[in-house]
Amino acid sequence: MGYVAVKGGTAAIEESIRRLKYERLKKGTVLKVRDIEGGMRGLIDQIMSEGSLYDETLAALAIKQAEGSPEEAVFLLRAYRSTLPRKHYARTIRTERMAVERRISASFKDIPGGQILGATYDFTHRLIDFELMEETEETARAWLREFAESVGDAGSGGMNDGMAERGDASGGAAVFGGASGGSAGGGPDAGALDGLPKVSDYLRKEGLLPDCEEDNREPDDVTRRSLTFPSTRSQRLQVLTRGQTGAMTSLAYAVIRGYDVVHPTVGELRVGHLPVYIADPVGSEDSDAAGSQADPSGESDDDYYIGNVKATEAEMLIPVVTEKVRGKKELEFQIGYGLCYGQNETKAIAMGILDYCLEAKKPGVPTHDEEFVLLHIDSVESTGFISHLKMPHYVTFQSKLDSVRRTKRTTGNANDGERTGAAMEVIRS
Amino acid sequence: MTESPLLTVRNLTKRYGTGCVNCLGPRPARLMKNVCPECGTVTACRDISFDLYPGEVLGIVGESGSGKSTLMRCLYFEEEVTEGEAYIRAFEDGKRNVFRESSQKKRYIRNHLLGKVYQNPLLGLRMNFSSVGNIAEKLIAAGVRNVGRIMARGEELLAHVNIPVHRMKEVPAHFSGGMQQRVQIAKALSTNPPVLLLDEVTTGLDLIVQASVLDLVKILQRELNVAMIVVSHDLAVIRMLADRTMVMLNGAVVEQGLTDQILEDPQHPYTQELVHSLL
Amino acid sequence: MRQAYNFAFFDEGSKREIRRAVLKAIAIPGYQVPFASREMPIARGWGTGGLQLTLSLIGRDDVVKVIDQGSDESVNAVSIKKLITKTTGVRTVEDTREATLIQSRHRIPEVPLGEGQILVLQVPLPEPLRPYEPSERETKKLHAEKEYSGAWLMLFEQIVKYGMTATGADHPVMVHGRYVMAPSPIPRFDNPKMNFSRALILLGAGREKKVYAVPPYTRVVSLDFEDVPFRTESFEGVRCRQCGAEGVFMDELVDEETGEVYHQCNDTSYCLGRLNRREVS
Repeated sequence: MGYVAVKGGTAAIEESIRRLKYERLKKGTVLKVRDIEGGMRGLIDQIMSEGSLYDETLAALAIKQAEGSPEEAVFLLRAYRSTLPRKHYARTIRTERMAVERRISASFKDIPGGQILGATYDFTHRLIDFELMEETEETARAWLREFAESVGDAGSGGMNDGMAERGDASGGAAVFGGASGGSAGGGPDAGALDGLPKVSDYLRKEGLLPDCEEDNREPDDVTRRSLTFPSTRSQRLQVLTRGQTGAMTSLAYAVIRGYDVVHPTVGELRVGHLPVYIADPVGSEDSDAAGSQADPSGESDDDYYIGNVKATEAEMLIPVVTEKVRGKKELEFQIGYGLCYGQNETKAIAMGILDYCLEAKKPGVPTHDEEFVLLHIDSVESTGFISHLKMPHYVTFQSKLDSVRRTKRTTGNANDGERTGAAMEVIRS
Repeated sequence: MTESPLLTVRNLTKRYGTGCVNCLGPRPARLMKNVCPECGTVTACRDISFDLYPGEVLGIVGESGSGKSTLMRCLYFEEEVTEGEAYIRAFEDGKRNVFRESSQKKRYIRNHLLGKVYQNPLLGLRMNFSSVGNIAEKLIAAGVRNVGRIMARGEELLAHVNIPVHRMKEVPAHFSGGMQQRVQIAKALSTNPPVLLLDEVTTGLDLIVQASVLDLVKILQRELNVAMIVVSHDLAVIRMLADRTMVMLNGAVVEQGLTDQILEDPQHPYTQELVHSLL
Repeated sequence: MRQAYNFAFFDEGSKREIRRAVLKAIAIPGYQVPFASREMPIARGWGTGGLQLTLSLIGRDDVVKVIDQGSDESVNAVSIKKLITKTTGVRTVEDTREATLIQSRHRIPEVPLGEGQILVLQVPLPEPLRPYEPSERETKKLHAEKEYSGAWLMLFEQIVKYGMTATGADHPVMVHGRYVMAPSPIPRFDNPKMNFSRALILLGAGREKKVYAVPPYTRVVSLDFEDVPFRTESFEGVRCRQCGAEGVFMDELVDEETGEVYHQCNDTSYCLGRLNRREVS
């Protein structure tokens, strides 16, 4: 009869996992994924953006498994993403082609195409609506019927700023009744507008914004090659769009509140659906399984449309003093750019602010330090490292204990205060 | 009996900007101070050449914007020169242009053959490491791996710069400005470098403290026979320390020679102004 | 939708990319090679770097041992073992000698490793110069220029303060005379085991996205001064209460009833091995 390791560890873990499942089910409620998909748009959009994976159903499933914890749900999506083969890179998406559902500018009272408030919490009064506790599917359907009638199917007439009929009426079913995520999930609404001109283009035409040179180099994919410093703009934008909403919001808040002298204005904020195209995967010679293309902006009639993604885009205008030729100082606007999956307006605006800061690179300001910003905003990395502190560290601690004891022995002449101080230093270092 | 120079600098030029037809070349036409009105390029240092001999102190005087600090930064490899060469006798027998060496070699030269004391002690010291630790940093960089030797040398140097030995374990963050400068000097001298660079080391200090630091530098220089380049906007400092002097204006050297001669008989109008305004 | 995972979780392309990074690391002992670290089913900070190394190297015939703090049964080791077996079906063991791949957090096994074995260490912070220089951009330059005075300076400051070096675990080492490396938070006691090890040692930092290596038979020297040599933790006069071993790293425990302090081998499989051999003889 030999000695075997006590299997305490395995048993403990298994029980812990069972207990966790119990916590999720103990109230006797089983959430349906379609319920989450139908009713938790905000959380789904945040999870998809931080997880950097666009799939509303998967996000909803992750939310169910994680019991609503954004930290865990994002982790699930990212880990899942690690298993997926990468088949293509999409063609460059032009956001002018967005099927817009909401579009505002804080910089101008009137913009070509109009200010479209769309669906936003901005003007709601944050009063908890207790009637929602009585809401049923019948009352919801009745409301939707009324709403559909008031919108009508032939433009204008007693409507608010929110809707106008343009383009074709495809996707109309999405507005009425097709509440849950069926096949392709949500899609552009019947009322969505496309082809709205960008405010920034208008500013460029007026000479108020410097012209932007097109840079169609292939972006540096940070999921394929790790981030290095100094970073390239494509690396920065990727890390920002995958960043944790809370972290980015806090940093951008610090910037505008006083840790820097940046006074951004929302030049344009758009929310809507963007069509996604890939190069012909079958026919053309220069497309291969890895999908990288020399010039992703090059479009071709053979491109395949593979679907659309809902996105939020923010172009922040920041007045900046520049010195051009002959030592003359000029005031001009620069753009801070934000783009994320889903309707994540706070994050997109924060991203725009941080994008500008990382371009400006003012020394001494922490939010202009790319290492400080980019290395600490990823949800999986930050939550992982913090939670790792819960792991056993007794060997490292034992090692420290040895050092502390030895220093105590030899500094026997020092007074107690100094010794404690020294011991604390040892533990800290 | 002429000794060969420790340090030889030829045609050192540092430009910020691309330059253009107007401002490139040794005798550019219309520059506004050191800025080219056509292309905005700043020529911080233009075509500077000099030699530094063993045991001598070379002073560089000029107002702010004259290029003297940029020159020092180039010599300490903190900036890349746009053009020019430099040769250090102690490195490869003075046969290699150190500006073209690899960054590893440049580090070697910095660690073993040069020393620099900054106007701002934050640049020259690690404020959260002990004073002796700061000195240790330079010795370790020069390859010393013996704690006993480092401590002994640290004590010796700190005593030399009049810092009480019982403060050697303290961090410089707690010291006065004058003391911080003295720690810097001790650190810079710790490896006995043949060439020591002093960049406005007394600027910003109280007059009495200035005097004591300058006295110290003079004493050390005599005792250790270190060759120094002393940069200051204050001609009085230069007068006190330097054997020979270069006067810089808008990036170029406008006059150079023995300090005494320059003070007595300045040739260039700018030098004359400087001398006349000497209190 | 049921999703089947590839053998060892990753797609083959990812495995290849990680192996390429590992090859580069082996070719430049002690140098931190950046790699596109993937998110894993376990959290960052919990061993994803080590896990990615293990999963990209593992084959059906491998035999795996996983330990944490020296123990095969520590919760973290068990959790990682579960993931490995779930995605590979490969056999796991506790006997160090039987394993071909050993993934470990914070210890090197007491049983000396042999040729053909691979030890994978989990690393939280791969940059030994980080306390001296916070910027990654700057530390890259320092490594490139072999400018390591900062590493010795940190040890020097400890000597100034306490009269001796006071690192706990993760005492920096010089590998093959060229790169200073963070050996991961193994106790100082284990540093000498890296020197001229017969086994290949790989170190993975998942969150920091670096992998580095000590090839077999490489010189690994803990940083110290001529007159203040490197010292490991001392367990002089201490024996394991279970198996009587001396001269190995010990856990310090307190007897609940008597209040007496006693010691036990930290390497649990080593201890068990001794006990079983004693039984037999």
